[in-house]
Amino acid sequence: MTTKSQQLLNWVDERFPLTSTWKEHLSEYYAPKNFNFWYFFGSLALLVLVIQILTGIFLVMHYKPDASLNTSGIPVAFASVEYIMREVPGGWLIRYLHSTGASAFFVVVYLHMFRGLLYGSYRKPRELIWIFGTLIFLALMAEAFMGYLLPWGQMSFWGAQVIVNLFSAIPVIGPDLSLVIRGDFVVSDATLNRFFSFHVIAVPLVLIGLVLAHIVALHEVGSNNPDGVEIKKKKDANGIPLDGIPFHPYYTVKDIVGVVGFLIFFTAIVFFAPEGGGYFLEYNNFIPADPLKTPPHIAPVWYFTPFYSILRAVTYPLFGIDAKFWGVVAMGAAVVIIAFLPWLDRSPVKSIRYKGGLFKGILAVFVVSFFILGYLGVLPPTPGRTLVAQICSVIYFAFFLAMPWYSKLDKCKPEPDRVTFK
Amino acid sequence: MTISVIKTLKRLAAAALFAPTLALAAGAVLHLDKAPVSTDPAALQAGAKTFVNYCMNCHSASFVRYNTLTQIGLTEQEIRDNLMFTGERVGDLMKISASPKEQKAWFGAAPPDLTLIARQRASEFGSGADWLYTYLRQFYRDPNRPTGWNNKVFENVGMPHVLWELQGEQIAKVGEHDGVKSIELELAKPGKLSAQEYDKTVADLVSFLVWMGEPVAEKRKSVGVVVLIFLAGLFALTFALKKNYWKDVH
Repeated sequence: MTTKSQQLLNWVDERFPLTSTWKEHLSEYYAPKNFNFWYFFGSLALLVLVIQILTGIFLVMHYKPDASLNTSGIPVAFASVEYIMREVPGGWLIRYLHSTGASAFFVVVYLHMFRGLLYGSYRKPRELIWIFGTLIFLALMAEAFMGYLLPWGQMSFWGAQVIVNLFSAIPVIGPDLSLVIRGDFVVSDATLNRFFSFHVIAVPLVLIGLVLAHIVALHEVGSNNPDGVEIKKKKDANGIPLDGIPFHPYYTVKDIVGVVGFLIFFTAIVFFAPEGGGYFLEYNNFIPADPLKTPPHIAPVWYFTPFYSILRAVTYPLFGIDAKFWGVVAMGAAVVIIAFLPWLDRSPVKSIRYKGGLFKGILAVFVVSFFILGYLGVLPPTPGRTLVAQICSVIYFAFFLAMPWYSKLDKCKPEPDRVTFK
Repeated sequence: MTISVIKTLKRLAAAALFAPTLALAAGAVLHLDKAPVSTDPAALQAGAKTFVNYCMNCHSASFVRYNTLTQIGLTEQEIRDNLMFTGERVGDLMKISASPKEQKAWFGAAPPDLTLIARQRASEFGSGADWLYTYLRQFYRDPNRPTGWNNKVFENVGMPHVLWELQGEQIAKVGEHDGVKSIELELAKPGKLSAQEYDKTVADLVSFLVWMGEPVAEKRKSVGVVVLIFLAGLFALTFALKKNYWKDVH
């Protein structure tokens, strides 16, 4: 480095922790060398967040949160999305990147969470990382739900109507609460504008804050790995973990491969199947919102369907309160319970590699029932489907609530001293 | 003990895997004919002509400008001469003169804007084009309807058969099979066009509606090919870079 630029760097370093931050989080952050395929999804989630923010900035320049009708009888908000698709140069690409990005975000985040489940990444000392992660997932659901109202199509409108109505089932405060959320007695222009505000300012701010906390907490304790053993236990003379390698350049170059691999799948959908077979952009949402015409079947977007199934599975009123309320409670609990995993898992080992058949079997049943819940959530309910959803919901909660027992009963293999690396 | 638990779990997982087939009780099924959608400019231009002459008396396409039709191979002069009748400018949106309010007063419901109709009508039974292609060929005479027309795909539809002069008049033969009502259509009075000619006219119109739903679709795919080729090259490059950096990790 030339002396001039060295001098400049020194000048900055005396006033701002630039070099030390770079070292702490990148060039001297030691990550286990045995990360596998599952470890791509954290950096990919960050990538999708950046894609959503950048495309979102350009969408907001042309989108109009206005539910009034134009001279052709089309809501202005709906028309402004079509204006972006047709008349804004490159607008179609920006919009498809954003709409596909929403689904991609959930794909990547679900896989990232499942990675944590496989390798026990939530176990001590990483409980806070996991709690921040659960909060990110919650914020992401709020962000997606409110963003989905903005195109002001039939599914936007009626989906919001159904979900906001759920809050009115809460005893005592329910009716007033749903009134505050909507800003009106029905989903209307007031709702559209407050959802717009939350979608572009409030929730993204919370999300970015939580992501920062998630990463800072991770770098404080260090990353877990597919073997679930702590690399900090074996250090060399310089205090560097024997199985650790600097994040930069090793994992930066590796994650770039992951980014390009992801972009191949992502752009293939954006350019060749942006509707995602009706799952990423629902067909009914190409019809402008009509408050007087309820669609025969209202289905949430695919990433909400497992939780929507759990909500619908509750059909018994309890303590004199409507079943709908207990459905809302079950749906909320299904998300919140994830945060308690660090204290539910009593297994002597972290990683699935050293866990016994019992845990693996139960995890398999859990995954299958989660997929079934997701599948049922897109379909209209029938008595048969509701029964299946009820069984799967019980399995979903049993996976968490029975974990303290079966994780202890499970016959585990001994953990190795060092990570395995071929 | 654990072994028997694992066995039970395996059975549970297997049962859970088959559950969806049980849950999938048969609902109403819509049989749609596969639409021969074309991107050929001649077909799209013929479709545009049918659209302007027949559909645009009542339906708007308010997201499309007339001069967007230059993308299907028409010149602005051709658009002015053949497709515009009421003194609009070529940069205007394809709106209709009646307002939705007036239409509602006249017809009971305002005819929907057709810009996105091909994207709206897609379902698990087929593409939006399939639905439109079947719908426009399955009108039949029904004296019980105020318009005198009914439709096999869209029961009790509000729209009369606008293309009847071309297709002729079909009548319905209602049959019953195992308690299930079935409707067979029969051409009772031929129209100006033969059955094949009419199918072609409808196919062209549907192709135009598909194009109008997303005029950028063809460009989108061609840009996509370039992007994917670029990313494939970049993937090879970044993979080699990673391999090179990682060769000293043991």
